Amino acid sequence: MTTNISSNGGSTVRIDVNGTHYRELNGLIREAVADGAQRIDLHDVHGQRYIATNLRTEAEIHIHGTPGNDLGAFLDGSRLIVHGNAQDGCGNTMNEGEIIVHGHAGDITGLSARGGRIFVREDVGYRAAIHMKEYEEKRPALVIGGTAQDFLGEYMAGGIVVALGLTLNGENCHKASFVGTGMHGGVIYLRGHINEHQLGKDVGVSKLTRKDRTILRDLVTQFAAHFGYDAEEILASRFIKLVPLHLRPYGRLYTC
Amino acid sequence: MGGKGMDHWERVNNPYDDDKVIAACSLFGMMDTSGKRFSGGDTITAIANMHERGNGLGGGFAVYGLYPQYAEHYAFHVMYLDEAARREAESLLQDGFRVALAEPVPTRKTRAIENPPLVWRYFLEVRTQNGQGLSHDDYVLEKVMQINTGVRNAFVFSSGKDMAVFKGVGYPEDIADYFRLDEYQGYLWTAHGRFPTNTRGWWGGAHPFSILDWTVNHNGEISSYGINRRYLEMFGYHCTMQTDTEVIAYAVDLLVRRHHLPIEVVADVLAAPLWSQIEREDGEKAALHTTLRQVYGSLLLNGPFTVVIAHQGEMIGLTDRIRLRPLTAATKGDLLFLSSEESAIRLVCPQLDRAWIPMGGEPIIGSLQRPLAKREPVAVEEATA
Amino acid sequence: MKTYLPPRFVIDRYAERCIACQVCVRQCSFDAHAYDGEDDEIRSYEKNCVGCHRCSVFCPTQALNIRLNPLSYRPNVNWQPEFIEDIIRQSEGGGVLLTGMGNDKPYRVYWDHLLLNASQVTNPSIDPLREPMELKTFLGRKPDRVELDPASLSLKTQLAPQVAIDVPVLFSAMSYGAINLNVQESLARAATEAGTLFNVGEGGLHQTLYKYANNAIVQVASGRFGVHPEYLDVARFIEIKIGQGAKPGIGGHLPGGKVSEDVAETRMIPAGTDALSPAPQHDIYSIEDLAQLIYALKEATNYTKPVCVKIAAVHNSAAIASGMVRAGADIIALDGLRGSTGAAPKMIRDNVGIPIELAIASVDTRLREEGIRNQASIIAAGGFRNSADVVKAIALGADAVYIGTAALIALGCTVCQQCPTGKCAWGIATTDPILSKRVNPDIGARRVVNLLRGWSLEIKEMLGGMGINALESLRGNRLHLRGVDLTDGELDVLGVRLAGR
Repeated sequence: MTTNISSNGGSTVRIDVNGTHYRELNGLIREAVADGAQRIDLHDVHGQRYIATNLRTEAEIHIHGTPGNDLGAFLDGSRLIVHGNAQDGCGNTMNEGEIIVHGHAGDITGLSARGGRIFVREDVGYRAAIHMKEYEEKRPALVIGGTAQDFLGEYMAGGIVVALGLTLNGENCHKASFVGTGMHGGVIYLRGHINEHQLGKDVGVSKLTRKDRTILRDLVTQFAAHFGYDAEEILASRFIKLVPLHLRPYGRLYTC
Repeated sequence: MGGKGMDHWERVNNPYDDDKVIAACSLFGMMDTSGKRFSGGDTITAIANMHERGNGLGGGFAVYGLYPQYAEHYAFHVMYLDEAARREAESLLQDGFRVALAEPVPTRKTRAIENPPLVWRYFLEVRTQNGQGLSHDDYVLEKVMQINTGVRNAFVFSSGKDMAVFKGVGYPEDIADYFRLDEYQGYLWTAHGRFPTNTRGWWGGAHPFSILDWTVNHNGEISSYGINRRYLEMFGYHCTMQTDTEVIAYAVDLLVRRHHLPIEVVADVLAAPLWSQIEREDGEKAALHTTLRQVYGSLLLNGPFTVVIAHQGEMIGLTDRIRLRPLTAATKGDLLFLSSEESAIRLVCPQLDRAWIPMGGEPIIGSLQRPLAKREPVAVEEATA
Repeated sequence: MKTYLPPRFVIDRYAERCIACQVCVRQCSFDAHAYDGEDDEIRSYEKNCVGCHRCSVFCPTQALNIRLNPLSYRPNVNWQPEFIEDIIRQSEGGGVLLTGMGNDKPYRVYWDHLLLNASQVTNPSIDPLREPMELKTFLGRKPDRVELDPASLSLKTQLAPQVAIDVPVLFSAMSYGAINLNVQESLARAATEAGTLFNVGEGGLHQTLYKYANNAIVQVASGRFGVHPEYLDVARFIEIKIGQGAKPGIGGHLPGGKVSEDVAETRMIPAGTDALSPAPQHDIYSIEDLAQLIYALKEATNYTKPVCVKIAAVHNSAAIASGMVRAGADIIALDGLRGSTGAAPKMIRDNVGIPIELAIASVDTRLREEGIRNQASIIAAGGFRNSADVVKAIALGADAVYIGTAALIALGCTVCQQCPTGKCAWGIATTDPILSKRVNPDIGARRVVNLLRGWSLEIKEMLGGMGINALESLRGNRLHLRGVDLTDGELDVLGVRLAGR
């Protein structure tokens, strides 16, 4: 369990994680940041949890390998780039910053995020963007290159989810069920098709407005830049917009 | 209200007499579907990487294709707390079986393992006239129950053919070290690291739980336990361990061995499709799923779970139908991996053909009958559809 | 004869509010209010008041309040006022004390001593509003196992007929005659809309309700009123009524006065004659006779629908239920001590039978011990007051429950117990054509559907809290129950542990 730290004498630091416990690893990252590192490369990452949690810096952290659960939990301004797949809880309750995953991400990606952006090249697991919210200027976004498993955007209260369906083949239909169930804020843009029965009962389908197109163009352009796609080609396809039917979906639930 | 079958293991396993034993965990499984045997090294490395998910109060392994030299014998791994227990159990075994070999399971002194019990192994042949007209499996099962409930301080870890369970109190990597698992070979390895909630942990209580050649590793807590157990009691199963793992093992035994249902159908019982999904299925499929829910509704495992179940020639991964516990599957050539976390798989096999997160309730099946490499790249999915 | 009975209620009329509009006079079917033309004043006759609140609810100026007469007797633990007044009543009338609704005595209500579980940490509670939550229930006989064709893996097992309900609450048997057609229609429409069933009782199925027959349970009771092949054919399932929780062991008697032309036609008897339901079914004097009737009905309906047998919960219910299942019953209905009625002798209602909670527990346990629990569904009845009672009953082992009183309360009933008088001021337990109009089936159905909707949502909340998303995982799952303030014996019968254990 040796941890090699090397620095090019300037702003770039390399850490060979190699079995280092997350507590020690996050300590090393904080130290590097305190020493002025602008870019940190973590190599041989295998399941270390909470990487870069609550790191109040704009440094860029490159993760090579498979980071563990709760990657970037409470993230507050850093940029995390995963060269591989992310596990569950990626971007849990993040406040600001960016997570870019060159692969897939697991369940509850972007859980309760209040700000920042998450780009996932391929698919995400169950309950992505669950209870994502927005507050004043903060409006989080999750851009998924592929598709999601069930309960995408479950009780979403704000923010933006984009699923581009690039991993779908043939019928071009997203697979998730219970999409946007309990959703009462925010918006989901889907490229490709989804059947009525796959949607939560609180969600309506509508056409994109000019304003939607602007938001989408901005996010897709960034996505394409991260992963080497042609943004225009993606944007040329048909998108649908899912929005909550009610701000208070449970208005008729209670009898006093 | 346990009523029948109270015995000393029940008190050891569940010292506070809670409704049941609650535990959380890490799971790992690795199978070469071509049947090629390999050492336990990777499995040990992988499960050790998920150290955080356990708390050192239970670790264990199941290995298949373990004893080819005794492939036709029932391999018993039995734990004893004292020599008297061994004498009593052995006399019972000698009465019931022809014993081809009896020996202590080799161990290595390690600091991490404290107060280990004696663990012996026996290779047994059922005498042709067992006098009861039972099938060999049922006969073995009865003997196992007899030891577990009747012989004080003895407990059978496993009793299948060409397989065994190694387990104990400790982190799985320590258990592996103690039992020298790096020295064994098998074509299918599963492993478990345990985080018991309400028990101090004991050697028999670690996972995998085994009955005949079935082994179950489990993560999660099943809210339907009470009715799962009462349903199984109607079919003569006595749940002495009071664990979810035990009811899952018995449920699989009932459905596969006694009711002859294929494992894909068993998955539709344990993680039944939702009614809203069944309503959209075609007539024949809808009829099957409806009937299964009507008849086996009491065996629906409700609540969060991931299980890695194995028996001779097959390994199955399954999560609950709304996927409240994690499972990642991956393939590389003939190898199928199942793990609570992808990082554990990548650690032992960085360049995978494919790694994916199965849908809730969708069984992932590795089988010697259908080696992966011979299938199309998406065969794993098809097999489970 | 001058009655020695004091008035039960006091009517407070606030003179400053009363506008002498006479609504109370018209609403009261018991003549507790009358208009005095000479003095241009409304007068109250408290001896006639039954405490049903009809006048108070409909008074446009809230000028009326009804309260218990505070008249006190000298305290006496043995000679409670109720016993004194029963004796007065009998000494004046010379008959069997008759009453309505369910047992009102302070026998222990076990529901109030059972508490439900919820998930914390080791498994998650489930959000019932957003995640799927399944209440769908199938009533009927299930086999021990499913068989597949070994080659094609196609389904070989053919199940006996099953009845699907969307909410595990059905409406108990209430016959046309005991209640009027508007009430039955309200329940029929509510059942159809909510995906459950209503039970027509033993009074036959009126022609106008045939369109709801797919949601109807028809009874075959000792009087065999209105039983004919079409009646059996159209129903969703058939219930053989052996007994009723409010009056185990005795029959029924619909007085000729209530047997109007229409009731007569539905029951297929001459108008104005007494409709007598014998105490036993005279073709069932033993268990093998029950089997004979069950199979007669199955044969008559070509094995297309389940046959249910309903009994009052009595001392040997567990053994009896076991016999019923073996005799071929696909569903067994247990009606407990607090089960209600349109009319029953008071001594019987208040003193015969056992609480439904204990009956569910002992029957479910017995059927499991014998390995035959899956061969029949259990419907429990008798005093279910809210959705928590329903959830507890299912955790004890019931498949579904019957509600009668709760559904009638949704229609206006205030449980004043005057059903046998036929003068129900709420227009429920009466066939009087004018009073019957007080229940409008459009509004009635809406009120009952609302009730079921509320209960369904609550059941889902409770299930989700326990970490369960399908009702079948709660059924018989007594680990989700704990008892408080119960003896070891009671806990043992209930199969439930003490809270804290």
